[in-house]
Amino acid sequence: MNCFRSEKVKSNPASDTEGKVLLVGNPNVGKSAIFTRLTGVHALSSNYPGTTIGFLEGRLDLGERVYRLIDVPGAYTLDPTNEAEEVASRIIDEGAECAIVVLDATALERNLYLAFQVLERGLPVVVALNMVDETRHKGIEIDIEKLEKMLGVPVVPTVAVTGQGIKTIVDRIPEAETGKFPIQTREKRWTEIGNIIESVQTVTHRHHSLRDKLEDLTVNPFWGGVTGILALILSFYIIRQLGEGLISYILDPLFNALWVPVLKTLSGILVNVPILHQLIIGSLFEGAIDLEQSFGLLSTGLYVPIVMVLPYIVSFYAVLSLLEDTGYLPRLAIIFDSYMHRLGLHGFTIVPALLGLGCNVPGILATRVLESSRERFIAATLISIAVPCAGLQAMIIGIVGDFGWSYIAIVYATLFISWFVIGRILHLSLKGYSPELIIEIPSYRMPSLKAWSLKLWFRTRGFLIEAIPLVLAGILIVNIAYSTGIIHYVALALKPIFHTLLGLPTEAAGPIILGLLRKDVAMGMLVSIDMTPAQLVVATVTLAMTFPCIATFIVLWKELGAKKLAGSLSIMIISALVAGTLLRLIMGFQI
Amino acid sequence: MAMPITLHMLKNGDEGIIEAIPSGECARRLYALGLREGKKIRKVSGMPFHGPVTIILEGRQIAIGNRIARRIMVTPLSKV
Repeated sequence: MNCFRSEKVKSNPASDTEGKVLLVGNPNVGKSAIFTRLTGVHALSSNYPGTTIGFLEGRLDLGERVYRLIDVPGAYTLDPTNEAEEVASRIIDEGAECAIVVLDATALERNLYLAFQVLERGLPVVVALNMVDETRHKGIEIDIEKLEKMLGVPVVPTVAVTGQGIKTIVDRIPEAETGKFPIQTREKRWTEIGNIIESVQTVTHRHHSLRDKLEDLTVNPFWGGVTGILALILSFYIIRQLGEGLISYILDPLFNALWVPVLKTLSGILVNVPILHQLIIGSLFEGAIDLEQSFGLLSTGLYVPIVMVLPYIVSFYAVLSLLEDTGYLPRLAIIFDSYMHRLGLHGFTIVPALLGLGCNVPGILATRVLESSRERFIAATLISIAVPCAGLQAMIIGIVGDFGWSYIAIVYATLFISWFVIGRILHLSLKGYSPELIIEIPSYRMPSLKAWSLKLWFRTRGFLIEAIPLVLAGILIVNIAYSTGIIHYVALALKPIFHTLLGLPTEAAGPIILGLLRKDVAMGMLVSIDMTPAQLVVATVTLAMTFPCIATFIVLWKELGAKKLAGSLSIMIISALVAGTLLRLIMGFQI
Repeated sequence: MAMPITLHMLKNGDEGIIEAIPSGECARRLYALGLREGKKIRKVSGMPFHGPVTIILEGRQIAIGNRIARRIMVTPLSKV
């Protein structure tokens, strides 16, 4: 979820007096994996460019000295072509005691370009020649000693995923050398790199492996599209089955067996203190606790995040992490490119959009890899409007699903159409043009079970730490808003919008406004309002499309700035009202 | 020697030598990925509906937007 873990993660912050060591390299060469190995701090890594968009910092303990190790965002060049490269270039210009330049051994020539730029800036460098285990399959042979001599700095072969060579990097940091290369032009740099490659690297021709065939197939004009659609359908099917399975067979029975008896006892004790009973247990329905509707802190407040939402978080990230680590994700960029171009975006926007299906916050942060501010604005706005996060989706499936699958389908279809229509309008009305896709597609890699489970655990833990307090705060505010009657006045004031325009009961205004806090809680509040299935669909769509939740709001503010945020928010509100009203008219209900 | 054609025109599966890269912002991004004049590439595919072109450069796939692929010139290598 990473809701508030955006810009900078500091673990055991070391004081400024300690030296800085930078971890620099092209995107997707395994910097984050090396970072994790060196510091023990978990950095999210995947098999596609741009997983680290901010920068991470950790401690590197060398015995006599402790350094601050900074995981610099991936860059192909220090003449920035996007925001991540700007950040990288700035950090490197600030200088450091030493830079560990991570090179992908399977693409040495291109990787050396950045290494040269770092050397030219006079930083002492140790080179980590990563993924050396992959070179053999590719028929590449590198003379490491010669490379070391020609570059004039230590070169350490590493395999970050297994930890091979990591200790040697640490041992050789004291040997770091400044390069002997003056600042030079691009052409001269390439010539020099060409010379090095010629004398250190031999490539033997080999037959196409199964992996090569698979790599070609998944971007084939016909089979690429087919596998893309199949992969997405299969992913969502697994997410849904796994999520439902976890709920019905594990979490719901456990909650009922272990926690409900405690709640009942508590309810008996608190029955004479109505205020506390209301706050902690919530309202009783026919004398019993209703886990979805009671809205007490310890009843619904725990049931919603732990039983209704958590299973979908786990199942979503289980599948997403697999797509990330195999390297499939960026191939979707190729498949969706021409579609996204109609919205002023390019294909890589599919990656932030899919991340947004887990939580909008990392999704919006991931839009930083897009080249222009126009693209970032369109993508961030569209994600906030039309990409429901896993929490909201879990509640939609749990609540709207009670009336049948067709209603869920209407909600999703409306969001999908809105994504396209709003994107199209923004593309046609905003000044500027849409940049073209230029991306490196990573080789497929067999995901490591350990890395996958660690990543799943960190994402799940992130959700538990960040979401549960917000859910509880939401429930507290709901109780205060209802018991003081504030919500009644707000609803009354908004009656023209909710009642006349959207055809919803006046009380529906409450949950939709409280969606500002967390949308899954808001969705939970819709249950207790007496509505027809059609009205529930309109309320759900309005809730999903209008204001972002507080965490998304903060990150939008940081990414877009106040002025564009205001624009984005107006687009969200107008879109939600238009879509809600149209849906009401189409579904033809009256109040 | 064959005449240079656009990357967009190169047949899927064919190899070619990059002759010219369009100038401008996108050139910097192409250079950053190691694509430059004189490099040998193989075209993997071009997606329908003006979709991107995927090439292999130094054993690595790179996807390039359609409008740029129409401005990159390559000399096709005749097959042996």
